[in-house]
Amino acid sequence: MSTHAFTGPAPAGPRFHPLRDSATMLRRNLKHMLRYPSMTVMLVGMPIVFLLLFVYVFGGTLGAGLGGPMHSGAAHGRAEYANYVAPAIILMTVTATVQGTAISIAMDMTEGIIARFRTMHIARVSVLTGHVLGSVIQAVFSLAIVIGVALLVGFRPVAGLGAWLATAGFLVTVTFALVWLSVALGQVSKSVETASNLPMPLVLLPFLGSGFVPTDSMPAGLRWFAEYQPFTPIIETLRGLLMDKPIGNNAWIALAWCALIALGGYLWSKKLFNREYSR
Amino acid sequence: MTIKQSRPAIAATGLRKSFGDQVVLDGLDLNVRQGTVFSLLGANGAGKTTTVKILSTLISADAGDVQVAGHDLAREPDAVRAAIGVTGQFSAVDNLLTGTENLLLMADLHHLARREGRRRAARLLEQFDLTEAGRKPASTYSGGMRRRLDLAMTLVGSPRVIFLDEPTTGLDPRSRRNMWQIIRDLVAGGVTIFLTTQYLEEADELADRIAVLDHGRMVAEGTAEELKRRIPGGHVRLRFADPQRLDAAMRVLGQTSRDNDALALRVPSDGSLRSLKALIGRLDDRAIEVDELSVHTPDLDDVFLALTGNSTNEKVTTQ
Repeated sequence: MSTHAFTGPAPAGPRFHPLRDSATMLRRNLKHMLRYPSMTVMLVGMPIVFLLLFVYVFGGTLGAGLGGPMHSGAAHGRAEYANYVAPAIILMTVTATVQGTAISIAMDMTEGIIARFRTMHIARVSVLTGHVLGSVIQAVFSLAIVIGVALLVGFRPVAGLGAWLATAGFLVTVTFALVWLSVALGQVSKSVETASNLPMPLVLLPFLGSGFVPTDSMPAGLRWFAEYQPFTPIIETLRGLLMDKPIGNNAWIALAWCALIALGGYLWSKKLFNREYSR
Repeated sequence: MTIKQSRPAIAATGLRKSFGDQVVLDGLDLNVRQGTVFSLLGANGAGKTTTVKILSTLISADAGDVQVAGHDLAREPDAVRAAIGVTGQFSAVDNLLTGTENLLLMADLHHLARREGRRRAARLLEQFDLTEAGRKPASTYSGGMRRRLDLAMTLVGSPRVIFLDEPTTGLDPRSRRNMWQIIRDLVAGGVTIFLTTQYLEEADELADRIAVLDHGRMVAEGTAEELKRRIPGGHVRLRFADPQRLDAAMRVLGQTSRDNDALALRVPSDGSLRSLKALIGRLDDRAIEVDELSVHTPDLDDVFLALTGNSTNEKVTTQ
């Protein structure tokens, strides 16, 4: 009997290596990003386009409408608005990245490779954690680029080192939570096209919050929604950290939302991944 | 060696599966000896892929006991997964990775040491004639190359039982023969192969035992020779000038299989002069004109058609 045919599992029964398998899957996803850079470019490009649009096209007028201390023309309003809108654009970078997560999960699910993973003795969740970790890393890169561009177009944060570190940690937390939600959305999608549309509400939510204009300028019903939806405390926390403004309860509310979204997304994703495979 | 030679590689009894109202597997029994090729033969929709999906832990059966590589499928799916390899009908390669990277991904997931993984990947690339293609992304591969890479990935973990779901569907004749040789080499190395196919020639070439599956039931099982012996003769092929004559002949002859495009009927027959005379007589009585008549000696195709034809199942299985 040839030895290679019988190098089966250890007699004690097979053990799982979730960390090692997750690292393997992470490497796979990072390679995907390098091989398929057009998606990364598109995902970074979208928030940058919105940034330029809102600073240069709408910024002069919107900035004047913010009611700052001095009203000395469009240039001043634009500079003020750049500071106001930057946190929303930063959050939009995160939502664009997680939209990419949903797309790549859906792409995976339509390929036979996932069926192969399911028939292998690996820690099942590693297929998903690989995507999650990959997306968090991708978000960090995208955020660095978008924040860099924001600085170039007039974003002038006043945060010190501590506040920047807190911002970084907070953004990773938000990304982590939204990525798990997106992993579920990617799995629930029957096609890649659906997967790219399903997270669209996440992209639009900053508009229906304090991202682009203060909520008190909105009509009553919308205003109520804007104040209680999760993205408003997230944006307010970012704004507070970066512009050194009072944060109040927003940080705790935002973190509670993140915990809720992460847990819900994780459980939903896990359930979807373990459901009966049928194709 | 963790399994005694006498224990079957796959043993299933009373396997059942329905999707909604549709019964896909209706009480399937399987017994596959270690180190052999077992071929599940059937038309599209017979339940072949469903069987593979159940045996490879992808979906669960509604009823039935299954042991794969000595482990109970329902209670120890992880132990089963550790012992099997699956190459499904749909290509299970990562298109964005190169051939080498695909194999190294499998090596990592089997927790092989880096050097051992590289060594095994290089050996498999060579064995499957993919060394040159190993540096290119799998998305650039031809159908045959993709299948080879797919199977090579399955072999990285040295599985003891391999499921191959229609491994040569869509391959050109040369790639098909290459795949057959690879399968023979694997079996020579002691691996058990569970193969589904819709090509009788393939089952004839490779399989130690063949099971014919029809609408979720096994209608025959045995070696290729045993199955061929079940059909005393071959068949007669009758071609007609128009569909009306085809229909008329069908009504007269009953137990036939019909090819609408070619306007032809296949009538089971032992090819003797007497039976031909009787057949022609029956057609003559109704004045049905036949364009062309040809006599075929038996092959597995006939076995298959006889076994899976309309209303003939019961007769054949009880023979």
